[in-house]
Amino acid sequence: MNGAKKTINVKVNGESYELSIKPKMTLLQLLRNELGLTGTKQACMDNSCGACTVIVNKMAVKACSVLAMQVNGKEVTTVEGLASKDGKLSILQEAFLEHSAFQCGFCSPGKLMSSTAMLEEMEDPTEEDIRRDMEGNLCRCTGYVQYLAAIKSVVQKRKEGKR
Amino acid sequence: MKDFEYFSATSLQEACSLISQYKDVGKILAGGQSLITLLRQKLISPTCLIDIKGLKELDYIEFDKKSGLRIGALTTHRAIEKSSLIQEKYNVLSEMEKSVASVQTRNWGTIGGNLCSADPIGDPAPSLIVLGAKLKLVSAKGERVVPLEDFFTDYFTTVIEPDEILAEIQLPPPAANTAVEYMKFATIEAGIKIVSTSVAVTVEAGTDVCKDAKIVMSAVAPIPLITKKAAEMLKGKKLTDDVIEEAAKMAASETDPTTDVHASAEYRKEIVKVLVKRATKKAFEKAKKA
Repeated sequence: MNGAKKTINVKVNGESYELSIKPKMTLLQLLRNELGLTGTKQACMDNSCGACTVIVNKMAVKACSVLAMQVNGKEVTTVEGLASKDGKLSILQEAFLEHSAFQCGFCSPGKLMSSTAMLEEMEDPTEEDIRRDMEGNLCRCTGYVQYLAAIKSVVQKRKEGKR
Repeated sequence: MKDFEYFSATSLQEACSLISQYKDVGKILAGGQSLITLLRQKLISPTCLIDIKGLKELDYIEFDKKSGLRIGALTTHRAIEKSSLIQEKYNVLSEMEKSVASVQTRNWGTIGGNLCSADPIGDPAPSLIVLGAKLKLVSAKGERVVPLEDFFTDYFTTVIEPDEILAEIQLPPPAANTAVEYMKFATIEAGIKIVSTSVAVTVEAGTDVCKDAKIVMSAVAPIPLITKKAAEMLKGKKLTDDVIEEAAKMAASETDPTTDVHASAEYRKEIVKVLVKRATKKAFEKAKKA
């Protein structure tokens, strides 16, 4: 039957869920409406702005443009999953705070997820790498400088830690 | 978004049988990076989606010296961008992929889905056409191979039959003394593209003479446009600045762009001239060293 519910199994921020959903549900709707994880933001809804960026199996994706059915059997991380269970912020979250990389803050979860995925993938990204990999995350307040500084500071700390 | 029935195919064979059964009402879903927006905006409303994104058998990049490159249709843009094989042998594809949408889209979106969505501003088609790409289309009835330059028929329309699935992109081995250059112009990085072009130049070994050339433009016509006259003007000539300039003017005259919110038709033609000139020069310089 058209639109009949289907079952998926998905791990979100380390928790396993079995959910019965309509096939037309997007990953964004799943996270926000079914699981109450509203840290992932809904904005352009046409695959442009990056506010809904989450990590699926280590890759940053835009949750508005992925069907929830397509994450069946996969692992999803949202901004709520970045801090440790006892509330300790991730290094990037700390750096975002330190550099005031939030203006209104709406795009920040997406930016945190994109930069987290990037720093997992690349050990020592150049400024050009960072700018290119963050292209898919728009900021309407135009607060681009601060979060670039925040990401660069994490890269720098990593280098120093290695010495 | 309207409701639809959903199938997740577990093999290409199953996908073929499902799409032959649902061809009148169904659509194939790969990465969905264009399709989901179209569904949400109700520009299309299929009553059935056949999801092939999970088919590992269509996710590969393989090279053979004799037969060339084969890319499975479900290979992501990001995999092509990062492939050391492609960087070494078909570097223009890796460079082109860097400019496809955003990382998030490249992580999930597939090369096959991009070609089948047939958006006239799509990035991959021009470079794949100048490289001589062919597409393997499969259905429950069998398979056929179509040159990519014959694939597109109109805005968002291709020769693919309702019961067919794009399975593979095939490229011949890299040609000798040849270089390909892709250039794209947008008013902001990662913004909507105004014009792009891919130019292939083959030189007579050890000379400045152009033996063969191919120029393909996107965003200037309903389908990727092969500017044949301009390419013809380069053949057999020493590629001086004047010759390249004339060919670039010809390329602009062969296009028939539209005016929209991003750029006027007149502006697009002017940009065509500039991009063809720059890309041809660069491809020529590289071809001499190839």
